[in-house]
Parts: sequence; C-alpha cells; structure tokens
Amino acid sequence: MRLPLADLYNKPDERNLLDHTRQGIIGKPLDRPEGPLKVSGSATYAAEWKLPGCVDGVLVLASIAQGKVTKIHDKAALAMPGVLAVLADKAMLRRPAQGTAGKAPAQDVAKVEYFGQPVALVVAETFEQARDAALALKVEYKAAKSPIPFDPESPDAKVEKAPDRKAVKGGDLDKAMKNAAFSVDVEYDTPGHASAAMEPHATIAEWQDDKLILRGSYQMLAYNVKEIADCLSISPKKVRILSPYVGGGFGSKLGITHEAVAAAIAAKELGRPVRVVMTRQQVFQAVMRRSETRQRVRLACDAGGKLIGLGHEALVSNLPKEQFAEPVTQATEFLYGGDNRLLKVDVARISRMTAGSVRAPGEAVGMQVLEAAMDELAEKIGIDPIELRKRNLPGKVPVQGTAYSSRMLVEALEQGAQAFGWDQRNAQPCQSREGDWWIGMGVASAARVNMLIPAEARVTLKADGTALVETDQTDIGTGSYAILGQIAGEMLGLPIARVTVVLGDTSLPAGAGSGGSFGAISTGSAVMRACEAIRAKLADKLGCDAEALDLKDGVASSGDTSSPLEHLLDGGDIAEIGSIKPGKTALDYAQASYGAFFAEVAVHAFTGETRVRRMTGAFGFGRVLNAKTARSQCLGGMVWGIGSALTEELAFDLRDGHLVNHDLAEYHVPVHADVPAIEVILLEERDAAASPLQAKGVGELGICGAAGAIANAIHNACGVRVRSFPITLDKVLPHLPDPFAPDPFATAA
Amino acid sequence: MVQIFARVNGTEHPLPQDSRRTLLDWLREDLGLTGAKKGCDHGQCGACTVLVDGRRINSCLSLAQLHEGDEIETIEGIGGADSLSTLQKAFVTHDGFQCGYCTPGQICSAKALMRELAEGWPSAVSEDVAAHPPISGEELRERMSGNLCRCGAYSNIIAAIEEMIAEAPGTPAGRQDA
Amino acid sequence: MKPFTLNHAQSANEALASLAGGATAIAGGTNLVDLMKLQIATPDELVSIRRTGLDAITPENDGLRIGALVTNADCAADLRVRKSWPLLAKAILAGASPQLRNRATTGGNLCQRTRCGYFYDTTQACNKREPGSGCAAREGFNRIHAVLGTSDACIATYPGDMAVALLALDAVVHVEGPQGARTISVGEFHRQPGDDPGRDNVLERGELITAVTLPAPTGGRQIYRKVRDRASYAFALISVAIDLSMEGDRIARCALAFGSLGTVPWRDPAVEAVLVGERPSPALFDKAADVLLRDARGFGKNDFKIALARRALAATLHEATKG
Repeated sequence: MRLPLADLYNKPDERNLLDHTRQGIIGKPLDRPEGPLKVSGSATYAAEWKLPGCVDGVLVLASIAQGKVTKIHDKAALAMPGVLAVLADKAMLRRPAQGTAGKAPAQDVAKVEYFGQPVALVVAETFEQARDAALALKVEYKAAKSPIPFDPESPDAKVEKAPDRKAVKGGDLDKAMKNAAFSVDVEYDTPGHASAAMEPHATIAEWQDDKLILRGSYQMLAYNVKEIADCLSISPKKVRILSPYVGGGFGSKLGITHEAVAAAIAAKELGRPVRVVMTRQQVFQAVMRRSETRQRVRLACDAGGKLIGLGHEALVSNLPKEQFAEPVTQATEFLYGGDNRLLKVDVARISRMTAGSVRAPGEAVGMQVLEAAMDELAEKIGIDPIELRKRNLPGKVPVQGTAYSSRMLVEALEQGAQAFGWDQRNAQPCQSREGDWWIGMGVASAARVNMLIPAEARVTLKADGTALVETDQTDIGTGSYAILGQIAGEMLGLPIARVTVVLGDTSLPAGAGSGGSFGAISTGSAVMRACEAIRAKLADKLGCDAEALDLKDGVASSGDTSSPLEHLLDGGDIAEIGSIKPGKTALDYAQASYGAFFAEVAVHAFTGETRVRRMTGAFGFGRVLNAKTARSQCLGGMVWGIGSALTEELAFDLRDGHLVNHDLAEYHVPVHADVPAIEVILLEERDAAASPLQAKGVGELGICGAAGAIANAIHNACGVRVRSFPITLDKVLPHLPDPFAPDPFATAA
Repeated sequence: MVQIFARVNGTEHPLPQDSRRTLLDWLREDLGLTGAKKGCDHGQCGACTVLVDGRRINSCLSLAQLHEGDEIETIEGIGGADSLSTLQKAFVTHDGFQCGYCTPGQICSAKALMRELAEGWPSAVSEDVAAHPPISGEELRERMSGNLCRCGAYSNIIAAIEEMIAEAPGTPAGRQDA
Repeated sequence: MKPFTLNHAQSANEALASLAGGATAIAGGTNLVDLMKLQIATPDELVSIRRTGLDAITPENDGLRIGALVTNADCAADLRVRKSWPLLAKAILAGASPQLRNRATTGGNLCQRTRCGYFYDTTQACNKREPGSGCAAREGFNRIHAVLGTSDACIATYPGDMAVALLALDAVVHVEGPQGARTISVGEFHRQPGDDPGRDNVLERGELITAVTLPAPTGGRQIYRKVRDRASYAFALISVAIDLSMEGDRIARCALAFGSLGTVPWRDPAVEAVLVGERPSPALFDKAADVLLRDARGFGKNDFKIALARRALAATLHEATKG
C-alpha cells in the first residue's frame, strides 16, 4: 500500500514530528541491536554462507598495464588437482561499477587497461587448489601500441574538464589577488587512497533455475541488482542479493565489483554455487582508488580579513571515459565567501585502477587542503584561524545565490575550541617542547554536502504490538539497524525491544543503500513516512485526528481515550510502504553538515615523526538519530583524517603503472597506537530542509577537514608547513630547526 | 596417513589432510567457525586472531597441521550471542565496533592481552621493560596495535577494554591513567 | 601455495636428516607461510621443527642461551633478558604485533626475508627472488630500501628488529648441519647482496639454527630507537640499537647497530671508535654520523634515510649519554 504523502521532498517538513512523539528513544545512545551477533562472531558475512556443493574461484590479475590478452594456457591449469574451470568470459568486469551506476561497467577482460586488472577466474573444489592454479595460470599478452601515461603529471596525459561537475566562475580572481591586503597562492598535493574495508570483496553466486542469488558484500543493493543483471543480460527481476552484514565499504562496495560477475558466470557454467573472494592484494589493485590530487588554492582578503577572492583548482585522474572525477571543490563552493572565484576540477586520463568514491569523495581531500591554506592565510594576516573562518561565512552561497539551510559552523568552532582548550595555543610555532617533542595545535572546519536520495521501506505493525521494519538498506557499520528501529519505535510508540529491523535483502523494498552519508536520512525518512501512514490508520481506529494521536509503550491514546495497540489492531497487521525522493528542497537550499576539528600533535625534534596526542571534533548534522552510533561515525572519520594526514598513500611505480604497496603491511591505515583519545561533541540542531527527520548525513563528516587540522598543528608545533600529504617524516625532516638549539626561533622572534 | 587432532573450544577435531590449509581456513571452512575473519591472509590485520594455548596468534599464517594437540579458542568459545562474556558486553555498550568484521579478532586479542598484563609482559612503550608494566591508555593501544579497525572504532575498543580491566577480579596493580 | 609434504621432526637430529634431504624448516611460519601463499617460496617438503625441544632459555657461562624455537614473545617476556639485556627485549617488542611475536621464533626471525615490494611481487624483476631477473627497486619506489651495503643486484634491507639488537649485543648464532656444529657471530650471519642476493645469510644447505647465545651483560645503557611511519605495527625506516657506558663525562664503551639502513643489520666499528673516549656533544654525534654514512648512497625515494640516520643517531646518542 502506498503512502498518500507525496514522494518528492519539495518543502521543508517543519512539523518536527519526532520532537512531539513520546516514546523518547529517538537520538538516544542505544546499543546496536546486531551487536551481540557481531561480538560473538555469529553475524554472517558474504563469504560465510554454507551452500552445499559450493566451490571456490580465485581471480587472476594482469601483469601488464595496457594491451590485449592473446592466450590463456588453461589446459595446464585444468590438469591441476581439483581445478574445475578457467574462465575469461567477455561479460567479466574490467572495471568495477561506480556508485549508483545501475548499469554494467566496462566489461571484456581480454582488453587490459591497468596493471592488476582481473583477466581470468580459476575455479576449483577448494580454495587452496584454486589459489595454486590461479598463480600457475600462464597468460600471454600483447602490449598496447600507444599506451596512455601512468602519471597524471605526464605531458602526454590527456586532461579534460570533470564530466560531472561545472566549474564555478565569478568576478575576477586575478584582480582580487592583486588587490588583496593579504593573500596566499599555494599548491598542495594529496596521494591516492584505498578504502581498505576490513572485509575483502566477496560473493557467493547461486543459480536456482534462471534466478540468480548473490550473497555478497555490497553497499547499494538496489543499484547492484541492476548492474549485475545488465552485465549478464538478464532481467533485474531474476536477481536477488543478500547482504545482511557488510564488513565495511567506504565507497569500495557501492557498485558491483569483479568477483560478483565472475562468480555468477562460473556458477552458471558449473551448475553449482561458486564463491569468489578477492585477496587483499587484489582488492588494492583492482577495486576503486581515491584519485590523487594536485590542488591550487588562492585566497585573497581585504585588510579586515574578509575574503574577496577564492580559487580552488584541482587536477585528479581516472581511466578514460569514467564519469567520476574526485569532486575536490564540492564544499569550497559553499563554505566561505569571496565573490571573485574560480573553482574547477580537471581530470587526467591515465592507466591506473578505476578512481571512484572513497569515504567522503571530494571533501576528504578538498577540505584538508582548503583548511590548511586558510591556516596559512590566518598566519599571514596575524589573526586567530577560528576568527578568520567566522569572518567569512557568507549569507548566501557565492555566485549561485542559494540560501543555506541550517549551518552550525560557528557553534562547532566555538564549542569545540572551548572543550579543546584552544586558548592554550601559542600562535607562534616552536614555543612548546616536551623532551624531544615539539607540541602544537591546529584547527580546521568540517563540511560535507547533504544528500537525500530515493528510498523505500516497509513497516509492519503487527497484531501483537510489535513492529517489523524491512528494506534492502545495508548496514556497513553505520548503524542502520539501530537507527531505523529507533525511528519506527519512536513513531509507533514502541519500546525498542518490540521493533525488529530486517535489512540487506533485495526482495524487500529498495532503501537508499549506504553511501554518501545519505543512507540514514533517506531510508530513515522512508521508515518515518511508513509509520506516519500507520499512525493515520491507528488514529482512525481510535477515532481521533492523526495529530491528536499519542503513542507510547504500545498504548494509543488521545484525550481521555486510550487503548493498547493489540486491542486496537484486533488481530490484524498494518503494513505500509513509505517512500521519499529528493525534491525542491535539494535545489532551494545549500545543505551540508558542518563541524570543527581541533588537533594537538607532537613532532619529534630530531626525526620529524608526528604523533597525534589528542583530537576534539564538534559536529552539527541536524537531528541526532542515535548518539552512540553517530559519535562512532565521527570518531571513525577522524581516524581516517589521521591516516590521510600522516600515513596513507598509494604508491605507484611510474614505469609500469603497478601499485607497489598493495597490502596492509605497506599501505598504512592507522593502528590503535596512532589514535589518541578523541573527544566528540554532537551539537543540537534541526534541519528541516534536509529531511523530514530534520537530520543530515554524518557518516563522512568526521574526515572532511580533519587532516587539515593535523597539518596546521604540525606547523604550529615545529614551524614546518608541508604542502604534500601524507606528512611523513621525510617531508618534515629537512625543514626542522636544530634539535639541540635551546630556542631555534629566538633570533627570528 | 595418520589422523592428528586439535581441540577447539573444548572439543577435539581432526586436523585437515591438505597440508596447505591454514588454521584460519580450517576453522572457517571445515569447522564452520567463521567468527575468525580473513581480512588480509598475511598477518597484516589481526582479524583472524585466535588463542592457541591461551596465546593470541594470527591463524592465517599458521598451517593447521602444525597444531596437533593444541588447545584452540575462538570467539565462539568466548561467548555466543546469547551468552556474551563481560568483555563482549563491554564491546557492545561502548560501541567498540562498527562493521563488526575486525571485532572477533579484537576481542580475542583483548582477552589474551589481559593474561599478558597479568603475567607482567612489557610492551614497546613500557618505560622499564624489567618492571611489571603499568596499565595505561598508551600501553593498551600499543598492545592492541596488531588489530586493525578501518571503521576507526579504536577509542571505543580501548574504552571497552579499560572497563573490563577495571571490573576484572585480580586486576594487576599499577593502573595509572586508564 | 604449491602442494608440499609436511613432516614433524621430533628431535633436532630428525630435523637435520630432513634438511639434508632437501626439506625446508618451518617453525612459526609467520614469514614462510606468507611467502608460500604468494609462491615466492615454493618448497616441496617442509619439516616442522616445533617439537625439537629447542625452545628453552638457559644460563650459559655469564650469558644466556636462547633456543632457536623460543618465540619472540617468550624471549621478550623473560625476566633475565629484560633485566640484563633489555635492548633485546625492547627490539623484539618494537617489531610486528603481539600475535606475530607469539608465533615467530628466534631462529626464524634471523632468517626473515626482506619487505622489498619488488621481492614481494612476482610480476616484478628481483634478483633476490629470481636470480638474474634484475632489480626493479633500484629505479623504482624504493622508500624503504638500503643506503649502505647495496650492490647493482640488490638494495633490499633485512627488515627485522631482533637481529639489530643481537648485533649490538655481540650475540652468536649456533648452527648444526651435515658438517657438524659451528658458531657464527651475528655480525657475520647476514650476507650483503653482492652479486648473489638470493642468499640472505651464510647458512649452508642442511644447516639448522639451534640457538643464539648472549655474552655476559655489559651493564650499559641500552636503547632501541625505531623510526617508522606508523606508531606501531610497521617496519622500521631506520632503527638504532645502542649499548653505551659512560665513565665520568666521557663515553667509555659503545656498541651501535642500525636496522633498515643497510642491506643487513649494520654495525661499523669505526663509528664506535669515533665515540669512545670522547665527551658527548652534537659535534661528536655529527662526526660519528659522518663516519657511519661515508659510503651511504640513496636511490631516490630513500635519499632521506641518510639525513634521517644522522638525526636518529644524534637523538639516540643524546638520550644514551645525557645525565
């Protein structure tokens, strides 16, 4: 049954319904309902389903970067013990699908476009047999006659405008730079990043007649169904995907990846279930990377520290024809003033694995650079970097003129500063030393665009007074199970123990999926609307207006009338599907989540090693749906900020294009010891333009600028400004003051 | 071929015939104990951590046949969803996980860490390696560093372990800033 | 991983017999299994030496005998080691993770192979993995590579920590083999690559490490300073092991070894000679660095190691000599 409310979100819903419901569980820091399964190892992840007769496939990757596969010596491999098949089907994926593609990405593995591209699949009775045969499989190649460069900086690299992003131009930036009282014109670079979700990509494919069932690790199932169906030229109706638990995604599982299609083809060919799990090295080499970026930032301000000009130009890279270009300037468009502006992204066409979404595409690397440049400007002007930011928050989005919805940046900066003890910071570098370590503090703003995307969910209020929430929405660690239950419980007046949430099954209504921080607000809004429809029916049954209906602890009441839900329902369930689609609010308001980061670092006076000693983040992202899981999202983002600031870098060999550090020993994600105590402050906010929940996205906010705060703290500690991330010790070392000098800046001061 | 055995969570099981099978793959594929995870298969992430004779190891780097007679404990032996141990409960209440994939490894690691602390093992951050180590946030973070968590739940994991230590009977003395 | 047979030796003699027949020894397997999965190591026959009884730590003369099968964790937890040879405990604890240290053994760790990314990638040229194929690292991404002891054929480092401490502590490796027993000083155990980088150490075919012995404690100040990109669970960019004693305000005795700086754990008597008898000062530390790095050569990405070594040495000497 369809909800009478319009799908499209055209007008801010300022009823703030969740402030008037009475169950009192929305926003509360409730434990995740799936927690006991996860901590006991009994949540079933993709590779863990037991299917009778299931066999294992292992992918074979290209050992050249560009060319053609001319011969696969499959006979020798097929003669090896247990080997069942060697496949190099035309339908197998050359590239993974981009998020929300909803159609097949580049197929045909006979053409090689980047080093490490899958070219074949070997299937055997056991994993050990398949792995051995995959490594033994001889593949012959013919190198491409006119290869494209591996290096985005190569003069031979074709550079195009970002296909999916319009440059922003206003006024005359060059002139503003000339006329500025203070300005910076700096170039920063950031390296490629890997999502490195802890669970490698995995799929078990099973055919039941002409129906394909995939048990896989995916973020956006409704899109993934269409993608796999398109790859195999079958109807999406014939595909079902199950992903109840996903071991992290961070963008790398938005679209279907190589192993899913390969498993489906092999399962069809062999007539038995086939499991394909990518090795960690394969995930690094074949799945999405975040593009490296080179960013020029120009900031021009008047004598009062007000921006009159802002330039942010980026060069990113991707394979030819990919639509995705790291949207580096996404938050720069709306964050600060400066009417004379030029914001643009160019993309160099090179041969590396596909570039795509990695947690907070755009802002993750764009904000850390913008915020480091803002620190440089504040230093030039000689004002506090927080003050500089506060002076430059425009009333409307520059050039576009769009109004802002709710924006809590000032509150975040102020409350964060107070909690962190910002007033203890000495603006002059090299003023604080503990033993061999320089100590410094840095600040940065956080900003991440907010998105609502189409979502549906079914809520069933059962005759026994319990509720069931069903959608194909995934929970990749984000807290979907928890918050969707809380929304339903709050709306229907049920204690959380009486709400069950079932996710990750495409036989259920299509949720938003997990990505772009939109899962909670989009699918959550659908859940809310389904509940509204149920409330309307309950009001009818009770004989009151929906507005006058009170629901709490399983009892419906209005005025003097009240009834337990079980009585009211009288043996019948009420099932409703709620849905939402982005409407005019998306165009009428510039919507974003905001925050502020504060970091204290120690830089070793001799070696230049940097350790983060503490961090504080204050964030405003509309209504908090679950304070525990929201806080965890922020924490996690800040850990990514530490990695982006200090350690993470995809290292390519520019001679043959291969990724050198394709494992977790050499691609350094932060470990426990890198992560200090982190304080998270959640601000009270309602943003009705963002969603009927008055909530905004939070899944990525914690990374958007965090590395900038760390870079700024490093400068404050030791006086070294590094404009190349990650700030590894080799970049700090040459510029460090003499470690033995009692006060290296004594003469300068 | 002689059949050899190991005990897993108190029950004896025959070890696999294929000498290539790792302890991790044996647990997951042959015994259906999928709590230990495969995150990297090369000892670089810690998701596969299990206890062998009370000590934590990376089960992905250990050939199963080398475990004849060993007593192996996995997350399933520490506590089921309906019978969580105190440590597991602390992970839930402190939200010491997000996606949950590294979690069994973190918990197995934390359990072994408790014993190492009780036995006075030093760590790389212990000021005096000859002394019984203090329990501090820094010590716990160093000792848990063999377990990666890409979701970034580190602070919450340490909070869960700190609660466990505070509540555990016979907690080793020397608690400082934790 | 290629199929292989796996036998379990019940004694050192049984193990030696298997080794003589061409088997490869496996102890903890933390490095070997890793390499076998990638088919960088492809033994046909493994002999497990886990039950050979070589897992005891026993006093010997005024020193200590550490069995080859003693795990890194047990060695670092041993109170005698911690009290009298703290450098060894510190170096071990700076390496890998608790899980790996619980499995890795003293003998195995000495034989740990390099972390060179080109060695670890069978699509790449590597003389160490495949003699004669070339060295892709020399002009490649060589940030972690050696600046001392390199050759045209190889610039890979020995990546471990324990051996660096053992080198500074004048430890001795005990082996048994077809020709009987022999001892090798740790300083002579690892081989610089020369034109034969395939062999990391001087072990002959059929030989088995049975123990490492430490001489009497020096009573010196012992520091292991490991510089790395992450705060933990990462290989060293450079490490410095020092065992130093002062007499008054002068350095009386000093043993210095460096990890991940050279192709092998690196100790240079000339550096120690510069320091002994002198009053510590930044200028002296610089002089020592000049001597240490006189033949240092970077290959691009690892050029910084030369400057880093100077700074890390100064920091370590400063700490070891200050009041």
